Amino acid sequence: MKLMWFHLMPYTELPEDFRDANPSVWVDIHSSLFDPRRAHLMYNDFMDELEYAAAVGFDAICVNEHHSNGYGLMPSPNLIASSLARRTTDTAICVMGNSLALYNPPTRVAEEFAMIDCISGGRLIAGFPVGTPMDTCYAYGTNPSQLRQRYHEAHDLVVRAWTERDTFAFNGRFNQQRYVNIWPRPIQQPHPPIWVPGGGSVETWRWCAEMNYVYCYLSYYGYKAGRATMDGFWTEMDRLGKDRNPYQAGFLQFVGVAESRQQAFDLYSEAAEYFYGRCLHVDPKWATPPGYSSEGSQRAGIESQVKQAADSGVRGKSTGERFASVARDMDAIVEKGYVIIGSPDEVAEQLREVATQLNVGHLMLLLQYGNMSKDLTRYNTKLFAEQVMPKLRDVHASWTDHWWPQPMEAAQRAVIPAYAPKLAAAE
Amino acid sequence: MSELETSTIDVNGFPTRIWRKGSGPTLGFLAGFGGLPRWMPFLEELAKTRTVIVPSLPGFPGGDRGHTVLDQHLDWLLAVREILDQAGLAGADLAGSSVGASLAAEVAALWPASVHRLALIAPFGLFDANNPPTDPWAQRGDAVPGLMCADPEIWKAMKAMPDGANSIEWPIEQVRANEAAARIFWPLGNTRIEKRLRLIKAPTLLLWGEHDRVMPRAYAEVFAERIAGQTTTKIVEGAGHLAELDKPAEVAHEITAFMD
Repeated sequence: MKLMWFHLMPYTELPEDFRDANPSVWVDIHSSLFDPRRAHLMYNDFMDELEYAAAVGFDAICVNEHHSNGYGLMPSPNLIASSLARRTTDTAICVMGNSLALYNPPTRVAEEFAMIDCISGGRLIAGFPVGTPMDTCYAYGTNPSQLRQRYHEAHDLVVRAWTERDTFAFNGRFNQQRYVNIWPRPIQQPHPPIWVPGGGSVETWRWCAEMNYVYCYLSYYGYKAGRATMDGFWTEMDRLGKDRNPYQAGFLQFVGVAESRQQAFDLYSEAAEYFYGRCLHVDPKWATPPGYSSEGSQRAGIESQVKQAADSGVRGKSTGERFASVARDMDAIVEKGYVIIGSPDEVAEQLREVATQLNVGHLMLLLQYGNMSKDLTRYNTKLFAEQVMPKLRDVHASWTDHWWPQPMEAAQRAVIPAYAPKLAAAE
Repeated sequence: MSELETSTIDVNGFPTRIWRKGSGPTLGFLAGFGGLPRWMPFLEELAKTRTVIVPSLPGFPGGDRGHTVLDQHLDWLLAVREILDQAGLAGADLAGSSVGASLAAEVAALWPASVHRLALIAPFGLFDANNPPTDPWAQRGDAVPGLMCADPEIWKAMKAMPDGANSIEWPIEQVRANEAAARIFWPLGNTRIEKRLRLIKAPTLLLWGEHDRVMPRAYAEVFAERIAGQTTTKIVEGAGHLAELDKPAEVAHEITAFMD
């Protein structure tokens, strides 16, 4: 199986009384809480951490997109990805992803992803999220009633822009372009693998199944809450007669590994409580822009609540609604499975169970979260790479990953010199 | 008084409900934010002296999913014009509230002959950055009733699920109404109607709830200044944004007195 290292890039210095003194970490979080000079250090630490994860052997490093968000400092993950493309060599670069409906014209996404694919020698995974209500409808002002229609149209445009050989006119409902002809073009053919993070709607399961895309459930609530959603995806795949290839699925999981469970509890409590306490504090007024959830998802959510089904906490709920009922102290965080902690053996055992039970071949691991320091992040990352990763390599070994980047042969790729501008200047 | 009659017309392939009650001169009504999940006392008042015709708007209760094919503002205006024609309201007096008032004003601007006299209750459509409307789509659920009505219980009663209704579809229909309004007016409520108000030739009554917490009352002055037809502005005491819900008899009386 693939083990991928994911960074949300949280602002690490939200005040202790953040929850009490502020209505929301998202949309209208106050600018006075942001110190650009501190952010300079954070960004550089975070990028060091991503590069470090690549160096110690993770299969991919992952970044994502958020707007007006105190726990996600990447309005443009593409900027980070392009830097990572220069500072890593063989690791896949997973941009999870670009919210398609937010770009005007959406060919901007086709262009920038093609650039990253070229710079990296074909290592890009192209994530296409719809985006949360906070990002899309509020921070970016997209009409919630048109968001999904625009998303699907933008998807069609981007894929055509990558694959059609000749300049073409795109006559869409929301986008009209007389001359579509992107330069550069992606290295990976017909295009970089497309992964779709979804929130558990039937429509998205079906679409991923039909389009042969990877379905990812990027939940902050761990494997226990994620089980029903992944089961739903596989049930839909079965219904459509598709293979249960675990590599067609991705799942996000927070992890804290140490010498022992108790040590892990002690080491990671502060960072976990910072994340679930301060970062996941969103004003419920940003939860449900009307039309954001499809009527099919609303129906499933209401039915699930009526039946008090296991997934009633997530089905038909928006990101903001899920945030409202989150556990915030370490005992509950661990008990509910949001964060998996333990010794390397214990963590490996739990992740094996997650990967097997959820039938997931791509585990996206959050080994930095909240205000976790660079030192602790490195410790967590290194211990995982050295002592957990080897114990999981055999999981799903009988399946082929058809959704992994196909880079250029190493011998044909550019040699990136060690960074030494002073030496170069002296030549 | 006659019984309430319900008929259905086809609009862009979607069944659309038309209510009709009363006798006397014809008066159309386009409902406000949230639409009309049920008949209401305000319409009952109007029906005492008017033939009241109440078409649903696309996506609002009775309007099925008609909003989903309306992408641009012109699509909406053409749909409303077609609905009014099919409902037998061409050339009649027309009243509207909130989102419905905005669309009624648009029709009166673009097709002056299609509206005889106009009554607008706190219409959407304007945005002043120094005095913005409240964002009705960024509200905690429990805040909406008090935002729409001076007496929140009236809104709750309007939206409460009746016995025998489908317990899954009813709430979805109410969300759909909010979505349909968002589809027209997201994110600011600003359709630049200001530019078209000068085309309205019909005599126009502007009504504003004294306690409207959504639309600033100063907007009434903009409507009054820009509309070419003669305008009369009245404040409805004790009413919120949807004044016809809070004060049905008073609002109905103002409208029928103006139309006489």
